[in-house]
Amino acid sequence: MVTAQTQEAHELCISVKNLSVFYGDNQALFDISMDIPEKEVTALIGPSGCGKSTFLRCFNRMNDLIPSARVEGEILLKGNQILGNSVDVVTLRKRVGMVFQRSNPFPKSIFENVAYGPKIHGLRDRNKIEEIVEDSLKKADLWNEVKDRLHTSGIGLSGGQQQRLCIARALAVEPQILLMDEPASALDPRSTSKIEELIGVLKENYTIVIVTHNMQQAARVSQKTAFFYEGYLIEYGETEQVFQNPNEKQTEDYVTGRFG
Amino acid sequence: MKPHLAKKHAEKIFLGLALTALILTILFLFTLLWDVISDGFPKISGGFLSGYPSRKPSEAGILPALAGSAYLMALTAIIAVPIGLFAAVYLEEYANKSYLSRILELNIANLAGVPSIIYGLLGLQLFVRFADLGRSVAAGALTLSLLILPVIIIASREALRQVPKGFREASLALGATKWQTVWNQVIPNALPGVMTGCILALSRAIGETAPLICLGALTYVAFVPDSVFSAFTALPIQAFNWVSRPQAAFHENAAGAILVLLVLLVMLNSFAVFIRMKFQKQYTQG
Repeated sequence: MVTAQTQEAHELCISVKNLSVFYGDNQALFDISMDIPEKEVTALIGPSGCGKSTFLRCFNRMNDLIPSARVEGEILLKGNQILGNSVDVVTLRKRVGMVFQRSNPFPKSIFENVAYGPKIHGLRDRNKIEEIVEDSLKKADLWNEVKDRLHTSGIGLSGGQQQRLCIARALAVEPQILLMDEPASALDPRSTSKIEELIGVLKENYTIVIVTHNMQQAARVSQKTAFFYEGYLIEYGETEQVFQNPNEKQTEDYVTGRFG
Repeated sequence: MKPHLAKKHAEKIFLGLALTALILTILFLFTLLWDVISDGFPKISGGFLSGYPSRKPSEAGILPALAGSAYLMALTAIIAVPIGLFAAVYLEEYANKSYLSRILELNIANLAGVPSIIYGLLGLQLFVRFADLGRSVAAGALTLSLLILPVIIIASREALRQVPKGFREASLALGATKWQTVWNQVIPNALPGVMTGCILALSRAIGETAPLICLGALTYVAFVPDSVFSAFTALPIQAFNWVSRPQAAFHENAAGAILVLLVLLVMLNSFAVFIRMKFQKQYTQG
């Protein structure tokens, strides 16, 4: 079963070549090269400050928001360069959705939260918007819990529901890739396992890159794992191999809990 | 005496001093209020509120001043709030944190402290003479707008800064442009704070006398302003005019006008407090 899955040829989705990121004079990432396959879950693990979130934020250019940040190297998304000034960041972010560590629904109704993305991209047809909202909430496994109160505030939901609302909101703009920055780190175990189940379902249709502090979580949800340490990509491979038979001593020390 | 006992005494003395200062302040405030209310309250009547100025103190009313103040405030709000808000949006969301923008910031803070009469002189030159608006409501409102713009900009920036970073990030990550994010997320979430600041700024403007007198606002107006180019008077000017009359009966009229002004101020300020409380509730939910 496992071998069958790994044998299955997954197309290349993101290709990173010699990526370095600087914050002012500090270098946060050193010469990272890595290929991320399509429609799989790739986990980025490593201790705090190792650069995994910085790496994730390169894929939708969120590092642009930090004036001192500078990115060098190449990132190809399905063969298209996404770094550089000529790239349309708005189109890129439409293709690459993101879910944040702290759930951040807008202080609006559940409906308006999900409808926000399609609306800013110019959709006006009310029926079509309603359809997208329902569809996105279903994909995020939230529809049954909120269908009777779509017009109540998104802030009134529980933490786990808020995070699934944020996932629905991201899905509503029909991205191909979903970036998740420690999506369950602020949630209780039950909500966490719901999110994990959801990730398992979503990977059928989306390429998912997830940053996590929780190694069991990485082992449970991902097919590929990349271990970062102090800005370097130490090891990258099949999740099973990285956790059970790592090539690098540092990886082994980290995944067995000897540091971090 | 043991050292810690000495400390205890020092503590008590300090507390006593602080309390005395507070009581003194409140005492002054209440004396003032009592004085105004006891003189002015008997004057308040339908006739006083809807009457026109008169040579006879018992027949004089404040309708032109009340209408003038209302007109002035509405126009000032229409002019100053959008300009102040968008200036704040520029400084907070778009301006690079450069040397130049720091100088700009510093100067706005300084402008907020410039005496109001200087704005009056500026308004006289710029609006009354150069723009040839005359001693009109428009000239008055533009001058008061200049006066309160720094306050509005500072309050709006504070409110914009309070908008959680998560809303901006979430919006941008969905592919919204910077402007869409500012317009759809940042401004609506900052609006209660902006409005509180604006109302407090307006409540400063409504009591201003010096800049309006400087402009040459009339002290005797026997009509309600009918357009933005019409001459006007305002409540504080009316009160000032009556106070400077020799007859004691006019002084009671002044107290009445001041009382009306105070009531307006309290209403404006409570509205600001109400908005702030509603705003806090919205955020603490969930």
